[in-house]
Amino acid sequence: MRSVIGIDLGSTTTKAVILDEAGEILGRGITNSRSDYDLAAAVARSEAHTNARFGLLAQAAEGRVKPSQIARLMRAFRLEQTLRQLVRLRELVEEEVEKSGFGGLKPAAASAVAEIFKRIEEEERAFFRNLDPPKRSDFFRDAAGSAYTRIAEELGDPQGVSFDMLLGLYDKCIIRVENEPLDLGFRDHILAALKRIGSPEGLRGAVSMAAETELEEVSTVGTGYGRARLPFPKEQIRSEILCHGLGAHRMFPGTRTVLDIGGQDTKAIQVDDRGLVTSFQMNDRCAAGCGRYLGYIADEMNIGLHELGPMAQKSKRCVKINSTCTVFAGAELRERLSLGEKREDILAGLHRAIILRAMSLLARSGGVFDEFTFTGGVANNHAAVSALEKLVHENYGEKTLNVSPDSIYTGALGAALFGHSLEN
Amino acid sequence: MSKSREDGAKKDQSMVIQKEMIANHYKRLERVPETREPVVYTFVPGNLTELVRSFGALPVLPEINALQSGMRKKSGDYIAEAERHGHSEDVCTYVKCDIGMIKAGNIGPTGTRLPKPDLLLLSYTGCYTFMKWFELLREEYDCPTVFFHVPYQGDGILEPEHREYMVRQLHEEVIPALEKATGNSYDEDRLKEYLALSARSEDDLVAVLQSAKQRPSPIDAYFGAVYYVGPIFSAFRGTQEGVNYYKALRQEVEARAAAGLGPVAPSGPMGEEKYRLVVEGPPNWTHFREFWQMFADEGACVVASTYTKVGGTYDFGFRHDPADPLGTQADYCGGCYTNINLPGRIDMLVDYLKAYEADGFVINSVKSCNSFSAGQLMMLREVEKRTGIPGAFIESDLVDPRYFSAANIKNRLESYLQMIDARRAGLSA
Repeated sequence: MRSVIGIDLGSTTTKAVILDEAGEILGRGITNSRSDYDLAAAVARSEAHTNARFGLLAQAAEGRVKPSQIARLMRAFRLEQTLRQLVRLRELVEEEVEKSGFGGLKPAAASAVAEIFKRIEEEERAFFRNLDPPKRSDFFRDAAGSAYTRIAEELGDPQGVSFDMLLGLYDKCIIRVENEPLDLGFRDHILAALKRIGSPEGLRGAVSMAAETELEEVSTVGTGYGRARLPFPKEQIRSEILCHGLGAHRMFPGTRTVLDIGGQDTKAIQVDDRGLVTSFQMNDRCAAGCGRYLGYIADEMNIGLHELGPMAQKSKRCVKINSTCTVFAGAELRERLSLGEKREDILAGLHRAIILRAMSLLARSGGVFDEFTFTGGVANNHAAVSALEKLVHENYGEKTLNVSPDSIYTGALGAALFGHSLEN
Repeated sequence: MSKSREDGAKKDQSMVIQKEMIANHYKRLERVPETREPVVYTFVPGNLTELVRSFGALPVLPEINALQSGMRKKSGDYIAEAERHGHSEDVCTYVKCDIGMIKAGNIGPTGTRLPKPDLLLLSYTGCYTFMKWFELLREEYDCPTVFFHVPYQGDGILEPEHREYMVRQLHEEVIPALEKATGNSYDEDRLKEYLALSARSEDDLVAVLQSAKQRPSPIDAYFGAVYYVGPIFSAFRGTQEGVNYYKALRQEVEARAAAGLGPVAPSGPMGEEKYRLVVEGPPNWTHFREFWQMFADEGACVVASTYTKVGGTYDFGFRHDPADPLGTQADYCGGCYTNINLPGRIDMLVDYLKAYEADGFVINSVKSCNSFSAGQLMMLREVEKRTGIPGAFIESDLVDPRYFSAANIKNRLESYLQMIDARRAGLSA
């Protein structure tokens, strides 16, 4: 099967979208942009291939198995991927213990590490068995990191192998795991995943078909913050501004204005009826009020990024925040907390401040026109969407606000569409 | 040295001449303690170089020192020095660069010491910060100051009474101040002689700038042209050296045009001219070559710019006129780009887009300069409306290296050029 792929190398996450010959979406993949951009692109691409194959699998198995069985197979596949990465992480951590100068504490450290990995593995298996699992980050670094930190905190002994020592081991090794090309593709783990769910009759043929289908990539287009790093010829590199415009137009053909809030860029884009950009504005060199800002706030509060929005939505009284400076984010938060403000009210204020900054860029780009599409990672945050809805209504009246659950893939989709047009 | 660099250097003979002229001027300034030549500080917009020279005085232009320091990577330290002396981060970085340079020993950009001024001649042409800058220098040097007020073209026109008002100031205040500071009397014949030399240089400069109407343009009318306007905007208008330089430059550019050659960018001759752009706003000086190369790498040639009119607007017909020595200086000052109102600036951009058959326009909004930046977004929208050509907006600074983000600027520029591509493909479809 001939396909084209778009890769969006963002500052925080790297996304890939595969289209078939007709320009229809076959699959999407995402990973965190690590220090090795080339590898991030390879992982996102592999994830998009996996997603595409699951799509082919679902089509082939339609009517033969319940959709829930496919979902279960997918989760089993994720478990296999996670276990594979855990094995590698454990090997590296054990090597570190061996090399390190723990001296007399070495046996205790080795036993703490063994205990941590045993428990993480158990938790991962339990997570798979849970029919209604809690929401969590899809990235190995986040899931493994949060479990490791929690267990290390329980096991850490200030007189012996301390929490800091254990955490140091993790920090050193997780980067290496992320920067190694591991075998995490569909073909590497699908059979183990199928076995794990008892190899249901109706799925076997579909799995073989999905694994055997060749997805020949006839064109690849790269975009995003790190696009210059991609080893593609110039015509296969597109600005993310154009890609977001085109991607948003594909998702919502009535789109005229696009707001994209990514990790360290905010862009206000106006497009014509073909999705071609007619005007744009973006933040200057300072990444104030971008996704990274929310990341710092989450770190300061010691909660997950995905928990920020829901917490802000509990607010009854939005605190007025003046600064969206990422550098001062922590200071602003602590100051407000010391003044006795509630966390949810401060968070509501922070979300509003981010959107206010975006409103200024929208105004600079020419305003907000119907329909208005919000893209980028921050569009997944409901508190940000609510604040945007309110401010757009106050400033521009009633407008249709589009937010796709796949909004994070808008840039990659646009890149893939450029790739598709290059081929046609 | 790479081959392309050698080619570039060989083809730009005028650069060699200019470098020598500037170096000699700074050397002459360094020798002032022995030669006792009088020194007058003044700013580029509205500079009265012929008048200053007619009194036998040497001009010093603080913005030129600041931008040269920026190009030579010295401005970051000078700005830090000024900030140590209490100037805040938000103050114009030209001012801080100059103050920092003085505090660090007043060694000019070419490595020679700058003399103290005998007079600060403030020709006010729309920049309020210039006044404060000279107040700071007056504190520093404890020297006389004369203020020449050029009425702002708020209604887009210089009225006869504005002209009379300026001529009266020249007679009653500027000339007496120059006589006192230099010890020499006003010599109108000499002034006329210098003004005639100015007009000759101006003719040649305009021919050079207008060569960009040709395809491909033999020059880059922004990055390349800031070098071309260097002598006429600083100490060399109305001098024989200036006349010689512009004659040589014109011949060089005409030869390039005749041979169908494009401009020479920092890394060598530019490739195919893919985009013809008009630029509004001053360039960034700290990363000047990198900034230019970003355009050149994309095949983007600037065919007209407004910044190259800050020290005088000649391409709409004005020339210094020896027959009216003071009136012509009033006209000159009133017509400097900094003294033109927003509708006038919009008209100029629209005119350039049409006359030079440009594909687009880029506004470089500099953090330091509110005189330039205020209203630029309004200008962008208005020019878009009148021409149907979308514009791009990028942000940097004059000489503060902290405000130049290469990735951000490159992203905006590439996005804009790809937008032009998409537009071309769409329009031809």
